[in-house]
Amino acid sequence: MATITASPPRVGLPALLKHRAVHKLLLLALAAAILVPLANARWASGTWPSALTVDFSEPLAKASDWIIDNRDSHPLFLYFFGHVSNVVVIAVRAVYLTLLAVGWAGVTALGALVAWRVAGVKLALGTAAAFLACGLLGMWVPTMQTLALMVVAVLASVAVGVLLGLAAGLSDRADRVLRPVLDTMQVLPAFAYLLPVVLVFGIGVPAAVLATVIYAAPPMARLTSLGLRGADTEVLEAVESLGSTARQRLLTARIPLARKELLLGLNQTIMMALSMAVIAAVIGAGGLGDRVYQALASVDVGAALAAGIPIVLLAVVLDRVTGAAGEKLGAEPEPHSGRGWLIALAGVVAVAVAGRLVGRLDWPDSWVVAIAEPVNRAVDWMTAHLYSGVPVIGGTADWAGHFTTWVLDPMRDSLQALPWWGVLLIVAALAWVIGTWRTALTAVLAMAAIGVLGVWKPSLDTLSQVLAAVAVTLVVGFAVGIAAARSDRLERALRPVLDVFQTMPQFVYLIPVVALFGVGRAPAVAAAIVYALPAVVRITTQGLRQVDPAALEASGSLGATSWQQLRQVQLPLARPALLLAVNQGLVLVLAVVVIGGLVGGGALGYDVVFGLAQGDLATGLVAGAAIVCLGLMLDRVTQPTERRAKKGA
Amino acid sequence: MRIRTTAAIAAVSSLALLTGCGAADMTKQASPFANAQGAKTVTLSVQSWVGAQSNVAVAQYILEHELGYRVDTVQVDEVPAWDALSQGRVDALLEDWGHPEQEQRYVKDKKTIAPGGDLGVTGHIGWYVPTYFAKKHPDVTNWKNLNKYADQFRTPESGSKGQLMDGSPSYVTNDKALVKNLKLDYKVVFAGSEAAQITQMRQFAKEKKPFLTYWYTPQWLFKKVPMTEVKLPPYKEGCDADPEKVACAYPHTPLQKYLNADFAKSGGKAAAFLKKFKWTTEDQNEVSLMIADQKMTPEDAAKKWVDSHKSTWKKWLS
Repeated sequence: MATITASPPRVGLPALLKHRAVHKLLLLALAAAILVPLANARWASGTWPSALTVDFSEPLAKASDWIIDNRDSHPLFLYFFGHVSNVVVIAVRAVYLTLLAVGWAGVTALGALVAWRVAGVKLALGTAAAFLACGLLGMWVPTMQTLALMVVAVLASVAVGVLLGLAAGLSDRADRVLRPVLDTMQVLPAFAYLLPVVLVFGIGVPAAVLATVIYAAPPMARLTSLGLRGADTEVLEAVESLGSTARQRLLTARIPLARKELLLGLNQTIMMALSMAVIAAVIGAGGLGDRVYQALASVDVGAALAAGIPIVLLAVVLDRVTGAAGEKLGAEPEPHSGRGWLIALAGVVAVAVAGRLVGRLDWPDSWVVAIAEPVNRAVDWMTAHLYSGVPVIGGTADWAGHFTTWVLDPMRDSLQALPWWGVLLIVAALAWVIGTWRTALTAVLAMAAIGVLGVWKPSLDTLSQVLAAVAVTLVVGFAVGIAAARSDRLERALRPVLDVFQTMPQFVYLIPVVALFGVGRAPAVAAAIVYALPAVVRITTQGLRQVDPAALEASGSLGATSWQQLRQVQLPLARPALLLAVNQGLVLVLAVVVIGGLVGGGALGYDVVFGLAQGDLATGLVAGAAIVCLGLMLDRVTQPTERRAKKGA
Repeated sequence: MRIRTTAAIAAVSSLALLTGCGAADMTKQASPFANAQGAKTVTLSVQSWVGAQSNVAVAQYILEHELGYRVDTVQVDEVPAWDALSQGRVDALLEDWGHPEQEQRYVKDKKTIAPGGDLGVTGHIGWYVPTYFAKKHPDVTNWKNLNKYADQFRTPESGSKGQLMDGSPSYVTNDKALVKNLKLDYKVVFAGSEAAQITQMRQFAKEKKPFLTYWYTPQWLFKKVPMTEVKLPPYKEGCDADPEKVACAYPHTPLQKYLNADFAKSGGKAAAFLKKFKWTTEDQNEVSLMIADQKMTPEDAAKKWVDSHKSTWKKWLS
């Protein structure tokens, strides 16, 4: 219950809890009174003292030189990385050639029939429509390249994730060791580890698959472990009493019982892998991502959108189909399901063979709808009319300017003007009041690590942007979420919009964002909001809807107005969900800091991009590490310790 | 522990079995999408600016339609592209703006990359102001007068100073040092990508606002947004040797092509063609403008240029 002290004291809170918060703060003040003068006397400086930094550029530059010089001769590369790389290339090639051989009609039929078997007729039609749309947009071959890459990357991620999850689910020690590792894998911006991966594997598909696995394996591992740990103890005892061995128990009871979590893990892994498709293009993975990236170079939003839509369609289809499969798991198995699969298989073979005989394996060029031009015209029109000179409310350029001068600048300047120990104190106080002394210690250490890495100033710059973006995201997200929770129609209408926002590659909307807000930190914040908003809206809506209807009815019968109900019943009861929304907002905003670097966000995001572009391991990795530390600190400062157990889900 | 070692041994040996025993040469791996239907493939690297796209588009068109190759293109930043070239992931890099460190390492020391000769285009980096502004204030084109105009170049992002806009992090730039060493009242703001920089410049131009930007020739945008170069202290050989102390303009660089060393030796007709590929700034701009401004696909733009410049490219094939 200590968690409730997080909020400003409210009437009705037990006095004891308030006391504990005050005690903590008093203790902290005492510690500060002793330590601050000491620190100030030794290292009197506003920003992080240079005496307390460690320069990593030398060893990192040496490491990268060593890799380049030994890549062609050292046994580690010849007998290990080389083979890993070969296997990846062979696997992707095999899938790709198969997809080409089956032809567009065959692939569409295969997708539709699999969807029909696991998820029903409606999704089967949707799947077929999605595949045909990819062809109509002129993106058939790139879509198949991305699909081949995804199949291999997802299989590898699932294999790695299940192995890690088994270890974490079966042994507490492994769980403790793995948890921070998984956290890091997810928070570390992909750009930061693209560079080391590229150094080892070279640009291209192997590096892209490896980078995707790093990013997409954690949810699989988390959910596997969660599923194993959550297995019903009674069932397990019953199985044990039958005299089965540990391995039998695992295979016959624990894993089958964890089916639902495993499937949810698969779903999450697929989504995360797809979101890497574009980032992987930066290191030459080809496919749809490469088309988006190349369109960006010639400032062609329409072409980028034409390549972005298939990514969205793939994501939505895969999400719905795996989701539906998960829901069906609990139900009774249908009779004759074997026969259904046989019919499906026969259908695919028939279509594929027919396609082959007709000689229509490649998507016909004449069946392409060019959307690039109208889209570009629409974007031009929009930016021309909104950028400036809109009567009364001003153009978007003015908003961006005011936002930069009135919000971002003061925040950055005041953060950077604080003495370094002051920042640490604030972090400690926030984290301790909301959690335990352990969380406070972690938060302070994470912040201190940023100083030690020597990127104190840019990190505070990034922090100010993140805080501003999260604040706007929460205000808008809560408002929309509340509205959606109260109207079914609005929620249904929002669903596809949120899907698109969540899965559309960020590169697609970079240009419109710059065209509207100019170059600088404001468009970076805008891009972050677009990316983080859907999750916040979803979690808020869901949280509010899950509030016990009995409580609502009770307050309604007491004559509360709908506004009173919202404020005094729904919001307080949905508190855990709202806190989760805050946390997810932070994580997602932080995840696009690097994208912000591409539109003038500067600070850490720019450094990460710079590191990749210049092959500068030191700049890129240090900035990436600082982003991880910021994430860790923000997580500890905003989340009461209690919620932690749910994180995997 | 024993289980883990066995598992590791099993994993490594199955890897080896799958890919054929013995050493795996990291320098001999093409893209899985290459040679998909039994055709010979050349892989070209494209950089993020449109000029580089134009070189590749034309080379690709001729390789495909005249020489019967299949061409794969990969978009990579400049420094990673050198690395990819040395490993054979890409066969050629058609437009390099000068990377002495990489040249020393890969061309001179390791000999994994071979020079491919001049592209025929000379590149130049500089500071530019829009011509509509330079006409009104002719003295802005000398760096000595820049401080006078600082407040006109101010944006929310540059605060109280003037804004000097820089582009992609992959570009060669000394601008931060220049601003400091020439004692200019400016702040370098990094747009972070060329796409963002171009978008911003076009927005400024639409409103006829003054701006100062890092930019380079040859570039198609000059046709859309005419710009005038600001004179910096003249370039002398070696004046940019110490990155901290630079106080001079950028050099004029004849752009270079580079090939993977093995490809240069045994790449047959494709390698011979790419070595001879050489055109002018005007040719490149013609194609670039079609791609970036008229939004033609690189393939259509290349076809249009190839159809109307037979005499130029016939020489590359002889």
